Amino acid sequence: MERTWSRPGPALDLLLKGGRVVDPGEGIDEVQDVLIRKGKVAELGTSLEAPGGVREVDARGLLVLPGFVDLHTHLRTPGREDEEDLDTGTRAAAAGGYVAVFGMANTDPVVDTAALLSGLVDRARREAVVPAGFFAAVSRGLAGEQLTEMAELAEVGAVGFSDDGQPLATAQLVRRALQYVKLTDRFVAVHAEDASLVRDGHMHEGAVSARLGLGGMPSIAESIDVQRVLEVAAYEDGRVHLCHLSAAASLEHLERAKKAGVRVTAEATPHHLTMTDDEVASLESTLKMNPPLREESDRAALVKALKSGLVDCVATDHAPHAPEEKDVPFEEAPFGTTGLETAFAALYTGLVKKRALPLGTLVARMSAGPAAIAGIAPPAVRAGARADLCVVDPEAVWTVARDGFQSRSSNSAWLGRKLTGRVRLTVAAGRLAWEADA
Amino acid sequence: MAKRDLISMEDLSREQVELLLDTAESFLPVLERDIKKVPTLRGRTIVNLFWEASTRTSSSFDLAAKRLSADTLALKASGSAVEKGESLKDTAITLSAYGPDIIVMRHPSAGACQVLSANTDASVINAGDGKHQHPTQCLLDLFSLRQTFGRDLSGMKIWIVGDILHSRVARSDIMGFQMLGMDVTLAGPPTMMPRGIGEMGVGVEYDLGRLKEADVIYLLRIQQERIKAGANFLSSLREYSRLFGITTARLHPHQRVMHPGPINRGVEIGADIADDEENLIAHQVFSGLAVRMAILYRTIVGYSDVSSGGEVL
Repeated sequence: MERTWSRPGPALDLLLKGGRVVDPGEGIDEVQDVLIRKGKVAELGTSLEAPGGVREVDARGLLVLPGFVDLHTHLRTPGREDEEDLDTGTRAAAAGGYVAVFGMANTDPVVDTAALLSGLVDRARREAVVPAGFFAAVSRGLAGEQLTEMAELAEVGAVGFSDDGQPLATAQLVRRALQYVKLTDRFVAVHAEDASLVRDGHMHEGAVSARLGLGGMPSIAESIDVQRVLEVAAYEDGRVHLCHLSAAASLEHLERAKKAGVRVTAEATPHHLTMTDDEVASLESTLKMNPPLREESDRAALVKALKSGLVDCVATDHAPHAPEEKDVPFEEAPFGTTGLETAFAALYTGLVKKRALPLGTLVARMSAGPAAIAGIAPPAVRAGARADLCVVDPEAVWTVARDGFQSRSSNSAWLGRKLTGRVRLTVAAGRLAWEADA
Repeated sequence: MAKRDLISMEDLSREQVELLLDTAESFLPVLERDIKKVPTLRGRTIVNLFWEASTRTSSSFDLAAKRLSADTLALKASGSAVEKGESLKDTAITLSAYGPDIIVMRHPSAGACQVLSANTDASVINAGDGKHQHPTQCLLDLFSLRQTFGRDLSGMKIWIVGDILHSRVARSDIMGFQMLGMDVTLAGPPTMMPRGIGEMGVGVEYDLGRLKEADVIYLLRIQQERIKAGANFLSSLREYSRLFGITTARLHPHQRVMHPGPINRGVEIGADIADDEENLIAHQVFSGLAVRMAILYRTIVGYSDVSSGGEVL
């Protein structure tokens, strides 16, 4: 059953010469040539020759990695194509080394019917540079009242179900969703938040919000809902995925649930893994997101959980916004930062280079980890596998700039920051999806 | 040269604060003359942009600019392009076409001054942004304190009592009072005390049991909307008044009361205290003019002539 779709293109022939192949799933971390023929990895070896007519890329000093998978992308289509569409969103994905992305359902209109989802699938077949898949809503119109036709939506190809952008309003809705989703082999992805605790909130509640006078969003707003959802999941033996965890207390609930055998997976974003609420003192609206950047103790706990595998994967929560929406006072700005094009570099700079996370673990959490949750074949640098990989220059130092994005939007939390590590080339579904200017 | 903005008390060093207060003092004689006007800022343009209701702050900025002979332009949100949906960025660009030297702004949202500053060459002075900062109120409070207690305020104990959570004045004052060496304690109901505020180095009290330790008591206005159903910051004004209202009975003779206004008689402050001229409330309003003259002046000419002791006339 297909869960991603992309536009057709010529199957790639390419020889990557002398790169360091790091694929923890295959147990590889060594310099290898990688020959791609007709869109598949044909061969790995140490002194491969390019067959006639096959282009050779000098990958010496570069990393060759299984391509990344993003379980949490806002592609803004349908409805806000001025912010992102399937073409620009998947170009951004390709530029970030991603070979599959999954769009959230909180579009306008909401993806809550099979007809709408089919339309998106058709558009992805025409427009997506990198295979794109889609979540469908849990509740019609995200209204929190009536479940969507999950079985039919799954048949069309929904990867899972989510009312992301807002929490599931009642415990009854959580329960019914986790019961009903068993009509499919999919899962429910939850934006955990107690809405009553974040009213008038603009940032994490703590010493920084106290000093700035900004309304606080306490970490318990997340952890209380995480606990509620996990209790229901345990009771119903439902399969649940926790989106963008940010609070240390949430991780404690997650650990207990996993130990008890609850079928739960979880993701963390590059911004929560590398930044804290101290950054918000600048009142830059690009640093306003939900859940908010939290304290160093939360960030450290999140990194530890990603390392141990308690948190299964990295997800960007790529949230494009039009400039006129973000170019306003902090308190009036919408939540969200873009993330596809900076995810690997941000985590490589913030975690791997600082020896907080091994490179292989980061690759696993960005590639095989999310692929397993989505139910797609894990990207692998393995002879015979479809070519889904990226080539990264681990020494490239670059400054994130407003005019440097493939995404239609530039509301990046990393604007003006210097990052190390840049994706040079991405092969997705056997086709060349991205190649940086030399 | 980078322009000088005054958005937060954190934008100023202690030396700059002292210089501003000295400068304000040197303007006092002007305000006692028959003709209360000096030509210092003739030819300069100052825009007052008030997106929220204000009496004291807007009138004292306007008068301060006029006393210094600057040209002023006052804009309010109501009746302007804002009502037609114009963004702050576009308002900033439009006003900048007139080449103002300073834009003074009050705005309901934290972060508004940063947006304004990014879109104008004028210096931005924050006249209150959301619950974030109100640095000119803090400076006039410091001026009143200095005029009353002398130049050295270090070691004085000041209690700020009331709705700390929603108060931009409290946040600026904490920074300013501490900068001049004062010992700051916050008191109010726990619902109005921001979590983590203790990390600013202040004491936190949920009752007035130790109020007698204070030399100065700084009261904050309690707003009606805090008792709206569902907000639950207070159960009633009556209960607030009973627990935290400052009446003569609660006051020791040596203690002085301050309030940024407007006051709620019978809620946070007893009528007798409000009318007692021994307190600093009227002086604060008076200080506003001289201090805002000093701020406008220093924003344009700079802070470099520290050696002159702030003498400007």
